[in-house]
Amino acid sequence: MRGAPRTFTIFVGLYLVFLYAPVLLLPIFAFNDSAIIAFPLRGFTLDWFIGLASETTLIVSVQNSLLVAIVAAVLSTCLGVLASRASARFDYPGKKPIMSFLMLPLVLPEIIVGVSLLIVLVQLGVSLNVWTVILGHVLICMPFSIAILLSAFNNMDRNLEEASLDLGANRRETFFKIILPLVMPGIISSLLISFTISLDEFIIAFFLTGTDTTLPVYIWSQLRFPSKLPGVMALGFIMLILSLILLTAGEYFRKKSARLASTETTLNKDADHG
Amino acid sequence: MAKSTESPMVEINAVSKSFGDVRAVDGVDAVIREGEFFSLLGPSGCGKTTLLRLISGFEHPDDGHIVIAGQNMDQVEPNHRPTNLVFQSYAIFPHLNVEENVAYGLKRNGVSKDEIAEQVNEMLTLVDLSGYNKRPAYALSGGQRQRVALARALIMKPKVLLLDEPLSALDRKLREQMQIELRGLQRTVGITFILVTHDQEEALTMSDRIAVMFDGNIAQLATPQELYSRPKTRRIASFIGVMNFVEGTLRKVTAKTLEVEAGPFGKVTMAPDQMPAPLEPGAVTVGIRPEMLTVLFSAKEKAEIEVTGVITNTAYFGDMTYYSVQIDGIDEDVTVSMRNTAGRRVLAVGEETRIGLGRESLIILS
Repeated sequence: MRGAPRTFTIFVGLYLVFLYAPVLLLPIFAFNDSAIIAFPLRGFTLDWFIGLASETTLIVSVQNSLLVAIVAAVLSTCLGVLASRASARFDYPGKKPIMSFLMLPLVLPEIIVGVSLLIVLVQLGVSLNVWTVILGHVLICMPFSIAILLSAFNNMDRNLEEASLDLGANRRETFFKIILPLVMPGIISSLLISFTISLDEFIIAFFLTGTDTTLPVYIWSQLRFPSKLPGVMALGFIMLILSLILLTAGEYFRKKSARLASTETTLNKDADHG
Repeated sequence: MAKSTESPMVEINAVSKSFGDVRAVDGVDAVIREGEFFSLLGPSGCGKTTLLRLISGFEHPDDGHIVIAGQNMDQVEPNHRPTNLVFQSYAIFPHLNVEENVAYGLKRNGVSKDEIAEQVNEMLTLVDLSGYNKRPAYALSGGQRQRVALARALIMKPKVLLLDEPLSALDRKLREQMQIELRGLQRTVGITFILVTHDQEEALTMSDRIAVMFDGNIAQLATPQELYSRPKTRRIASFIGVMNFVEGTLRKVTAKTLEVEAGPFGKVTMAPDQMPAPLEPGAVTVGIRPEMLTVLFSAKEKAEIEVTGVITNTAYFGDMTYYSVQIDGIDEDVTVSMRNTAGRRVLAVGEETRIGLGRESLIILS
C-alpha cells in the first residue's frame, strides 16, 4: 500500500523537474558572467540586463509588443463582452454554432491560423505591420476572453437587471450601473490574460509582423547570434516574471468574479425553497 | 390610515400569456381596487407569478389588456410603469450599500442630494432599518435584505407595489412577524399591494381580497372570510385550510331552501347561501370544516345533527386536539378539531364517540 504513493511522488517530482528545470536556467544564465551558455558558472553580473537598454531594435520591438498586447487585449475583451452578454442573456437563431465558431481558435493550430491569415491579407493587398498582428492576436485571445466573461455574465442574477429597470432605469443605465460593475472582475481578468497571451505569442506574430517585429520575434531573430544569447536569457527572465505577475493578477480577478457570483447564487437558492 | 375604495387601480381584461405550449395565464379578468391588499394565491405553476410579471411589464400579454390607474399599459415598459416589484430573491444590488440601493431609483429623477438623503432616512425608518445606511449588501441578513428591497421599492412612491413570494425565504418565526409588519406597512402608506403567494395562511392573514388561481385561471375572487367559509369548489376548499367531504345528493332547490341528502348526516334543509356556486339537483359534495364538528363528550350534550364514529388517530397540539374519526358512510376519516378547555379530556384511539354538528355549518360544493 505504501509503494503506490511513493511511485506517484517520484512521478510528480520528475514531471515538475522536466517542466520547470529549463525555465530555471533562464535566471541562472541571465546573471552569469560569461558569453557562453554552459556550466560551470563563472560569476555574478548584471551586464546582460544593462546591455539590453542600448539595443535599439529591442526597444522598438518592446514598444511594438506592448502596443499589440494592449490593443489586442482591449479589442478582444470588448468583443468578448458583446458576445458573452448576447449569449448569456438572449436567444437567437444559430446561437450554439456561432459561439462554437468563436471558441474554435482555441483548438486550431496557430500555424494554420497564421498562414491562412497571411495568405488572405497578402491577397487583399494589405501591408503587414503591427495592426495585422493585432488582428491575429484578437482572433486567438477572443476564446479566452469569452470563456472568462461568459461565466461572469451567466453567474449574474437576472433579477438584478430587472430590479434596475423596475426602479426606472433604462437599459443603457442598467448596463453601465449594474451589469458592468458586477462583471468588472471578469473584464479585468480577461484584459490581463489576453495581454499576457498576446505578449508571449510567437507563431502568428512571426507570419504577420512584416517589419514591425514584436518581442518574441525579436528574441527568435537574436538566437542566430551566439554572442547575443545571454542577453536573450536576461530578456526572457524579465518576460517570465512579468507573465507570472499578470497571470496571478488575472487569476485573482477571475476568482473574485466567481466568488461574487456564488454569494448571489446561494441567496437565490434560499429564495427558491418556496 | 388608508382604506380601500371602490375605484379600480389595476384592471386585468381577458389577459392570456403562453410560454411555448403552456398557457400560463388563460383569459384572466380581475379588478384590483385602489388601496387594497390583494393576494394572488395558488400552487406553483398556476400562473400567479406570470400574472404579476405581466402587471410589472416584464412580460407582455398575448391577448387582452392591463390598465393601471386608468392608463393602458400595452406599450409601457417596466421602467415607465407606476409599479414597483419586490423580487423573491430581493435582488439587492451586491456592489452597493443599503443607502445606495434604496436611493437607486431616485437618482435619475433630478432630486437634490439633500432631498434624497432625507427620503432614504425616512424609508429606512419606515422599514425599521435606520442607521444601516452604510451597511454593505453582503452583510445583511435575509430579513434585512427584504426590508431594503421594500424600502427601495416604496421610495419610488408607486401606485401599486408588487410582491413576489416576499416571505418564502424567511424562517417561520420571522415570516409570521413580517406578515404583521407588511400588513401594517400597507395601512401606513396606503398603496395598493399585490402579493403573490402559495401560502394560504399568509394570504388569509394579510389580504383584503384573495384571488385563488388554478391552471392559469382565477377560480374564486373573494375576501378571506368568504373564501374560507364559502369556497365554490372542492379544489378551493381543500387548498384553503382543512375541509371534510361527504358525497351527497341535491334533491330540491327553491328560492328559500335547499334540500340535500348528506350521507350519514341524513336529509338536511339548508339556506341558499350555503351553496356558493349555483348547482342543478344531482350528485354534489358536501363540505364541513373540522372546527364545525364537535365531540359530544357526555350524554347530556346534544346537537342538531348527531352521528357516531370511532377515533382512529389523535394529534395533540396543546391548545387544540385534532381527531381522525371513522364514520360509517364516509370514505375518508373525518377530521374534528376540539379546543382543549379546562377539564376536557383527550379521547383515546379506538374509543367510540358521538359527533355533533349544526346544519348551517355545511357547504354544498361542485
